[in-house]
Amino acid sequence: MSQDEYHKALPGHANFALPKEKPYKPLNGKRPIPEKPAPVVEEAPAPDPVDVWDQRVAGGLAFLRRRLAGAYDVDEFGFDRELNDSVFQPMLRVLYRDWFRTEVFGVENIPDTGGGLIVGNHSGTLALDALMLTTALHDKHPLQRHLRLLGADLVFRMPVLSELARKAGATVACNPDAERLMSEGELVGVFPEGFKGIGKRYSERYKLQRFGRGGFVSAALRTGTPITPVAIVGAEEIYPILADLKPLARLLGIPYFPVTPTFPWLGPLGLVPLPSKWLIEFCEPIPTAHLTEYADDPMVVYNLADQVRETIQATLHTLLEKRPDPFGR
Amino acid sequence: MVSSEAAAPPRVVVVTGVSRFLGARVASRLAADPRVDRVIGLDPHEPPPALAGLLADVELIQADARAATGVVADLGAEAVVHLAVTSAPDPQHGGRAAMKEQNVIGTMQLLAAAQSAGRLRKLVVRSSTAAYGASFRDPAVFTEETEPRAVPRGSFARDILDIEGYVRGFRRRRPGVAATVLRFAPFISETADTTLTRYFAQPMVPTVLGRDARLQFVHVDDALEILHRSVIEDHPGTFNVAGAGVLALSQAVRRAGRISVPLPEGTLSSLAAVARSVGVGQIGLDQVDLFVHGRVVDTTRLVKEFGFTPRTTAAAFDDFIKGHSNGSSLTADRLEAAERAILDGVRQLRAAASSGGVES
Repeated sequence: MSQDEYHKALPGHANFALPKEKPYKPLNGKRPIPEKPAPVVEEAPAPDPVDVWDQRVAGGLAFLRRRLAGAYDVDEFGFDRELNDSVFQPMLRVLYRDWFRTEVFGVENIPDTGGGLIVGNHSGTLALDALMLTTALHDKHPLQRHLRLLGADLVFRMPVLSELARKAGATVACNPDAERLMSEGELVGVFPEGFKGIGKRYSERYKLQRFGRGGFVSAALRTGTPITPVAIVGAEEIYPILADLKPLARLLGIPYFPVTPTFPWLGPLGLVPLPSKWLIEFCEPIPTAHLTEYADDPMVVYNLADQVRETIQATLHTLLEKRPDPFGR
Repeated sequence: MVSSEAAAPPRVVVVTGVSRFLGARVASRLAADPRVDRVIGLDPHEPPPALAGLLADVELIQADARAATGVVADLGAEAVVHLAVTSAPDPQHGGRAAMKEQNVIGTMQLLAAAQSAGRLRKLVVRSSTAAYGASFRDPAVFTEETEPRAVPRGSFARDILDIEGYVRGFRRRRPGVAATVLRFAPFISETADTTLTRYFAQPMVPTVLGRDARLQFVHVDDALEILHRSVIEDHPGTFNVAGAGVLALSQAVRRAGRISVPLPEGTLSSLAAVARSVGVGQIGLDQVDLFVHGRVVDTTRLVKEFGFTPRTTAAAFDDFIKGHSNGSSLTADRLEAAERAILDGVRQLRAAASSGGVES
């Protein structure tokens, strides 16, 4: 028997074919082949620069007048859309784009309408990752959707912070609020690791912490809202926690007191985040509409929470491979 | 036929708290309704002359809560509307002690009387959204099922919790009586005079620094409509009564054209305490709690059951602004005028500059 004859005799060998190449998929809007530059639309008369400034002044004054007269709308959670679009988001975008050079993948996994529960990994001492996630969604999504964050009650205990959080669309992490937001068709952002995630040491970076009881899953199941895991790389390096002064934290009534390379040594300067490179990836949504009746089944809830956790952890690893140097371009 | 009788409007209605604005208005409206034969107003105080006109067709009985026991049974009352619930201590009528006497002891005794009244079919009790307490872990929007997480600091809120507790007991003991508990958001209208309306009527409004409470109001006329319907129709259960939508405290102050003065919570509490002891201002812990936590309720159940939608919080507040335009400094009109003046100024400057440029 020759070698060819032998190979032909092997089962399944004759119809063996190399796997087809996957079609390429644009990840962040850039195609691998440089496109022809878009045809330049002839703008008939170039607007007079003075007129542009006139309009800006008029727009700014109108905004100021609306704010001073209280002529704006606040929803029942305290969310102030106008203030967000014209003040908060532009400020956060500077941090998002210029300081952290954030790249976003998989924003097509976020639907244009309808509710969604976005579950992310939490890290970075101060919850900047939550704010950057909001900005990423607002910046990259074609409809500029707003993310409604669920925050710890500690946030709502503190004056000023609670006011800002409510205006920015956040609310207390509890099932009634989460379910109400999701059934109104809002995107809800939750970080099930909570303080365990943001208060962990630098040596523990990118290791997901425990996910609690999975209350977020039962809220999603009850409303039949799809769960979208999201992995955020970059927040771990902004304030690396070297030590946690537990007694001092207890004295101040906060969950941890971080010691970072810059804090508390440099005082307020220690609040400047280190300029790490950020990658955010929205994974495929997990549908839950068929599981509505299992909202109170602990096994289903736990398994689903575990699936979300595994997805985030695996995505974190692939993202970390894309970013060999935490502080690179 | 028991069922048809239960649906028919009650013929004899006892209304408590007719010496006050809300009680008097409800009683007079019930008296004007031809389906109701007899309306009896029960109050320990004599109604002020301003309200006497309203109460022309109402039988008035001046009796404290203890004497009420006999009255409710003797009259053969078929419905009791309990509105003698005071939201703020009145220094002229005995202060906090009298307020608690009226709210808690008064309710207890009235419900005891109602319990033994054989012909009673309906009980309507005025409650407040303060029944949800005030805690930092509260959900943003309260449904009727939400339990208070912490006992509130304010005296009114604590009275409300007691009152609702008595009503729960009453429901257990007299399951045949249709008990309606109406949890009202703060009342507001062009003419209403409450602690909160006086607060918003000041030219400078003290607020809590670093907090911007979400507020809801209900227009007095809508509250009256709901109260009237719950006596005439059958709506047993607990209902939130509020105008849809939300105003942030700072936004409400701005809409009213007032200037807010943010003070730290401790300072505001102690200043309010000093002011109260001097006899000016009535900001109590109830108000401070409201300004720190805010209070928003879900009115889906009310709208579905009563088939009536109260006007929105913003519309109700607009009505208040209409009646309190004096004392406002930063009104929308003035701001608009200022905006126009600045834009005109800019335009004139530019025109002057360009014409100057041509000449030179």
